Amino acid sequence: MSADRILGIETSCDETAASVVLGGTDVMSSVVSSQIELHARYGGVVPEVASRAHVELLMPVVAQAIIEAGIEDREIEAVAATYGPGLVGALLVGVSAAKAMALVWDVPFVAVNHLEAHLYAAFLEEPELEMPLVIVLVSGGHTSLIVMEDHLRYRVLGSTLDDAAGEAFDKVARHLGLGYPGGPIIDRLSIDGDPTAIAFPRAMARDGWDFSFSGLKTAVINHVRKNPEVSVPDVAASFQEAVADVLVDKARRAAREVGAAGLCLAGGVAANSRLREKLLDVCVEDGFRAFLPSRAMCTDNAAMVAAAGWWRLQADGPSPLDVGADPSLRLPTI
Amino acid sequence: MLILGIESATAQVGCAIGGHEGVIASTHSARGRRHAESLAPQIRFIAEQAGIELAEVGAIAVDVGPGLYTGLRVGVTTALAMAQTLRVPMIGVTSLDLLAFPVAHTHRAIVAAVDARRGEVFHATYRAVPGGVQRMTEPGVATPDDLLSDIVAEHDEVLLVGDGALHHHGVFQNVSGVEIADNRLAFPSASSLVMLAHARALREEFVRPDQIEPLYLRRPDAEAKWEPKAG
Ligand SMILES: [Zn+2]
Repeated sequence: MSADRILGIETSCDETAASVVLGGTDVMSSVVSSQIELHARYGGVVPEVASRAHVELLMPVVAQAIIEAGIEDREIEAVAATYGPGLVGALLVGVSAAKAMALVWDVPFVAVNHLEAHLYAAFLEEPELEMPLVIVLVSGGHTSLIVMEDHLRYRVLGSTLDDAAGEAFDKVARHLGLGYPGGPIIDRLSIDGDPTAIAFPRAMARDGWDFSFSGLKTAVINHVRKNPEVSVPDVAASFQEAVADVLVDKARRAAREVGAAGLCLAGGVAANSRLREKLLDVCVEDGFRAFLPSRAMCTDNAAMVAAAGWWRLQADGPSPLDVGADPSLRLPTI
Repeated sequence: MLILGIESATAQVGCAIGGHEGVIASTHSARGRRHAESLAPQIRFIAEQAGIELAEVGAIAVDVGPGLYTGLRVGVTTALAMAQTLRVPMIGVTSLDLLAFPVAHTHRAIVAAVDARRGEVFHATYRAVPGGVQRMTEPGVATPDDLLSDIVAEHDEVLLVGDGALHHHGVFQNVSGVEIADNRLAFPSASSLVMLAHARALREEFVRPDQIEPLYLRRPDAEAKWEPKAG
C-alpha cells in the first residue's frame, strides 16, 4: 500500500496533536496543543476535562497542521489515529475525527497503538537506527523494557508492577508540595540537590526485568515525614537518582543479554536530564549506540503516530472503519 | 441542498441524508452503545444507499445533546471533522428539540426528557405551533420527581417523550394529566434531525464549526468539587 503523506492524530491523554509526515520519517508539520494548564489545578489529568478539551481543540489543530505542512487536504493519502492505550473518552475523539476525514477524502484510516507510536518517535530523528534495539519506554502511564528486533517486531522484557515512572514523579512532587506535572519540576530542582544525600532503595535492581516504583515512593514519603527539615532539592535529586539507576541498570543488562546494537529512550520521562546522562554514560562504557530523542519527540505528539501509521499501513493495510478505542491496548509482541 | 445528519447523543446512534425531497437514506442502531464503532460505517452505508458522493453534501447537521457524554462527543467530533473537511456549514439541533418534533400534533404541553444517568434527566418543555414546536424553557437537568412537580404545577395536560421518561416511568405513570409517549419515540431520530435542519437551511440558519458546542449541562465532577475548596 503506497500512501506516503500521512495525517496523524493523537488524543490519548492530555495533548491534542496533529501532524503530517511523509514516508514515515519526514515531518512536514507537528502541532501539539497541551492541556497541562487545564489539569494542573487538579494535580493530574481529569478524563472528562480532557475529553471536552479534545473536542474543542482537535479540528483547529488539524487545520493548522495541514497549513504548516504547506499542502492541500486532497494531498493527504491516509489518516492515522491513536486508538489505545489511553483514556477511552479522549481516544474516541481522535478516532472519530480520523475516520470522518478518511471517509470524506476516500483514503485509508489507520488505527495506531500509542506505545508503538512512542517507539517510532526515535525513527523520525534517526531513520537508520540499527536493530536489535533496547528501548526504555517511560511515561506517566507506562514503564516498559522493550527489545525491538526489527520494524514492527517487539519483545516486552519487563513492565512496571505498580506505578509508572512518570506517575512516581507526579506523586512524589505532589507529596513535596511542588505542583504538577512532577517530572520537569523534580528534574529542575535536582540540579541544586545532592543525588547521594539519601540512599533510597533501588527496587528489584538485580532480579528480573520488571519494575516497581511504589516502594521507592513510600520511602521518599516516609523519609520526609521523619525528617521535616530535610533539603527538598536533596530529596528530589536522590529520588531521581534512584529511578534513573533502576531504569538504566536494567536497560544495560538487557542490551548485553540480547546483543543489542543500541539503547534508546522513549516516552515523556525520557526527557529527564539525569536519565539521559546516565544512559549516555553506560553506552559510552559498554560501546552501545545511544539514541535520545529530542524532548518534543519524547512527549506525546502526532508525528510519531503518523510514522507508526505509515509502517502499519505498509504491513497490514487500512484498518476497518468499525474500530473503537481500546484503553488497555498492549504492544503487539512476537 | 443535501444535508447529512448525525445523531449519537443518546443510547442510539444514527445518521440520515436528505434535502428538499425528504430523507433519502437513514440508519440507526441502539444496541450496546457502540457509537464510535458504528457511526462511520453507517455514514458510508447511507451514502451508498442514497447513491451520492459525500462531496455532494452541502451541510452537516448534528445533535448537540444533552445526552450521554461519550456518544455525544463521538457525534459532534465526527460532524465537526466532516464539515471542516467538506468545507460546508453546520446546523446544531438539541436532542430535546428532536424528541419534541415528531409529537408536534398535540395540544398538550410537550416535555422532552433524556436519560442523564445518576437518577436525573435532561429536559425542556415545548408547545405545538403552526409548522412545528416551540421551546418554552431552556434545557435543564433535574431529578424525575422535581421535574414532575414542576410540570404538574405549570400544565394541566402533558405529553412526556424520550428515554428519560421511559427510564423513570414509575415516577410519571398514573399521574393524572401526564402521559408517556410511545417507546418508538424514545430516542431522537436522525431523520427528524435532517428534516428540522432542512427547514433551518431554507432560512439560512447555518453556523460555523467553531460555533458548535456539545450541550453538557453539567460541569465535570472534578471542576464542581474543586471550586468550593478554592473558595
Ligand atoms: Zn504517551
